[in-house]
Amino acid sequence: MGSLAALFRRELSLAWGRGGGALLALSFYAGIATLLTFGMGAAPEPMKAVATGTSWVALALAALLSLERLFERDYEDGALDLLSLGGPALESVCFVKCFAQWLSTAAPLALAAPVAAVAMRADPSLVIPTFAAALVGGLGFSFTGGIGAALSLGSKRGGVLIAVIVLPLFAPPVIFGAGGLAALSEGLPWESAFAFLGAYCMAAVALGPFAMAAAVRNALS
Amino acid sequence: MIAQLTIEDLSLTRGDRLLFEGLSFAMGKGEAVALVGANGAGKTSLLRCVAGFIRPAAGDVGFGDLDPDEARRLGLHFLGHQDGLKGGRSARDELAFQVEWTGGSSANLAAVVERLGLSPLLDLEVRKLSAGQRRRLALARLIAAPRTLWLLDEPMAPLDMARRALFGELMAEHISGGGMILAAVHDPLPIKTRNVEVG
Repeated sequence: MGSLAALFRRELSLAWGRGGGALLALSFYAGIATLLTFGMGAAPEPMKAVATGTSWVALALAALLSLERLFERDYEDGALDLLSLGGPALESVCFVKCFAQWLSTAAPLALAAPVAAVAMRADPSLVIPTFAAALVGGLGFSFTGGIGAALSLGSKRGGVLIAVIVLPLFAPPVIFGAGGLAALSEGLPWESAFAFLGAYCMAAVALGPFAMAAAVRNALS
Repeated sequence: MIAQLTIEDLSLTRGDRLLFEGLSFAMGKGEAVALVGANGAGKTSLLRCVAGFIRPAAGDVGFGDLDPDEARRLGLHFLGHQDGLKGGRSARDELAFQVEWTGGSSANLAAVVERLGLSPLLDLEVRKLSAGQRRRLALARLIAAPRTLWLLDEPMAPLDMARRALFGELMAEHISGGGMILAAVHDPLPIKTRNVEVG
């Protein structure tokens, strides 16, 4: 366990240190949420209707942005060789990397999501549900995104390839997350949408590391 | 712990190209083997195959009666052309991580820092180090985390004369302590080795 804790600390320091992706994703999210607000014009009513949905789309795009760093840099500088020859199995390495990605990138994004939603005229009563849903959805983004990041290892223009692989996998969290929030704001039953969001993200956490480890082994060979 | 490495009738291919076939040799504790051969003969690929990264086209790599996966994760060090050090982190952080990751202790680490003369480098960012300094930093994990089998790919290349001599001493100590070294080289190593021709 000690070495996995060391890996976790390393991942956090890489995400928040020089050239890390966490701040970049957060700034990108702020930028895209602002652009979407401008693009929809000033009329409050139509904007209010799509506010939570739009903030989720921005969230998915911002989560996508930092995925390229998840494995690609370790692959290029040989660190993945070292990581696959430590005591813990490669599956655990992938789990820790995605969990650190979630904590360093998706959690700050989840804090920013309610701010963006309210700026887009979402009802203030949605602040806490938006935060909670974005936090859970972020797990799905990090762990399904990791699969795309691992599969695209070694290809040039990996970032574009990651987007093509991963965006379909991002659809369920966006549908269930934004759908649940929309139902909540209209006073409709919302529980099942959030249950599906949670189930999808838990499945991604449970199965993602195995897919990632297989893809990483393939890239190293 | 690894007590034996057996390469049996091994063939390696990269893409459609056959690198070599029918390579067999064995080594036990206290032995050093130098892999020699022309550029592109497959020395690096053989090391990566022993480390478990590349699957052989035919033949087998065995570690006595140990489970190969476990033997690799707990019993060998792989030092390739790339050192896996992160440019944006301090040498101290990276050194501590590499040593802890491969199972070394912090007491060992302090002794190795002393032996390899790394203390002036510790506060620098890795990207500010020269190739030779980075290599010395990467060598530290070999000493601080005791593992039997060292797989080395041109380990001497970036080192200066004084450090080559020092690394020679470290390799000799490893061998006399029952360790094993399998190295791809062009220049002979400063220790007694058995040569195996690849390709």
